[in-house]
Amino acid sequence: MRLTRISLVLAVLVVLGFVLVMAGARSALLLAVGLGLGLVLEGLRFGFAGPWRMIVTDRDGRGFLAQLVAIGLVALVAFPLLAGSTELQAAHAPVGLGMILGAFVFGVAMQVVMGCGSGTLINAGSGNIIGLLALVGFIAGSFLGTYHLGWWTSLASAPVISLQGVAGPNAGLALTLVGLAAVAALIIARAAPGKRMPPARLWIAAGLVAALALANLVIAGQPWGVVYGLGLWGAKVAQAVGVDVGATAFWAAPSNALYLSQSILTDVTSLTNIGLLIGAFAVMRWRANPGAPAQALTLPAYGAVILAGIVLGYSARMAFGCNVGAFFSGISTGSLHGWVWLIAAFGGSLLGIRLRGVILRPAPVTAGVRA
Amino acid sequence: MTRPLVGLSALVLIAAILTLDLARAGAPDLFTAPPALAYGSGQAPSGAHCTAN
Repeated sequence: MRLTRISLVLAVLVVLGFVLVMAGARSALLLAVGLGLGLVLEGLRFGFAGPWRMIVTDRDGRGFLAQLVAIGLVALVAFPLLAGSTELQAAHAPVGLGMILGAFVFGVAMQVVMGCGSGTLINAGSGNIIGLLALVGFIAGSFLGTYHLGWWTSLASAPVISLQGVAGPNAGLALTLVGLAAVAALIIARAAPGKRMPPARLWIAAGLVAALALANLVIAGQPWGVVYGLGLWGAKVAQAVGVDVGATAFWAAPSNALYLSQSILTDVTSLTNIGLLIGAFAVMRWRANPGAPAQALTLPAYGAVILAGIVLGYSARMAFGCNVGAFFSGISTGSLHGWVWLIAAFGGSLLGIRLRGVILRPAPVTAGVRA
Repeated sequence: MTRPLVGLSALVLIAAILTLDLARAGAPDLFTAPPALAYGSGQAPSGAHCTAN
């Protein structure tokens, strides 16, 4: 056990050193932020999809409330930072028909695979086969989504609206905090007694996630995100097998074309994604008992997981982000689309909770051996 | 499959994508690497985010 842990620490240091030497200090710092997020999310069991299910099925609001605390903490610092700096950008995107539909479908799919944007990476890194298959689908889906993003945004769409743009930085922050408090009040009203106050573990996790998300903002100049990096990986793989990715409108745009031509080690969201996955793996291997493998499913169910992963990635692209880029970072930096994403994705989540049991059929167990 | 094996498979997947990318795009140019922190750098933000369209 001790040897495993020493090896883990050394391996993480080697990876950090490799990125530092290959891509510079900013890339290494962002990888470290991702690692920290992976350690916190897996080590302290702070998630997004799970708490959204728990408030519905178990009337347990503790995880959801912890998410709101983390978002509020980020907003408290991010709003003044964004107002006083030209070096930082917020996670602002337009509200539109495609965006709302994308968020709804994302909510459905994330309950089917029991993993959101960050959750899929964490699940895969921590050794969950459903998470790994969903990740493969997510990469493909978020790349495919870039092909049609222009069409989806051409449907009814409002201009980008931010709360600081409408009300100014101070009032925008106040509106955000009031909004978060209103959602928290709804959760507390729904939650059963004894399932309202987050335990110390979740308070600590919320504080650490907020600190790391703010570190991401200060280091990268932009809020924490997941989907862009996964779509970029899909585009890189597609390019490698001969697809003319650069001919599409999305990847022909100057900023995207630049990232397509450069190393993944220079892309902000790719670096934090890699860190998340390694961090989750490290936590799983650090434990004396890594835990039982995920319950085996039937072959069609595994196929459904990959399909759900594709839907997850595609819909996240439509929705201008997942639970991280749109919900967490959108709301904490004042984007209206983050709030609309929350409502639409929660609606989808209600449907996804019902569908999960229908789609993910466990494999039959015969003579004591799991098939 | 055990959890360590699945987790290792996920790492191998990422390593494969990185290797493929390094072979095609080459290593980043350290001389054009941005400052360690964007905040206070005086440079406009240039990263790509999920909200990009």
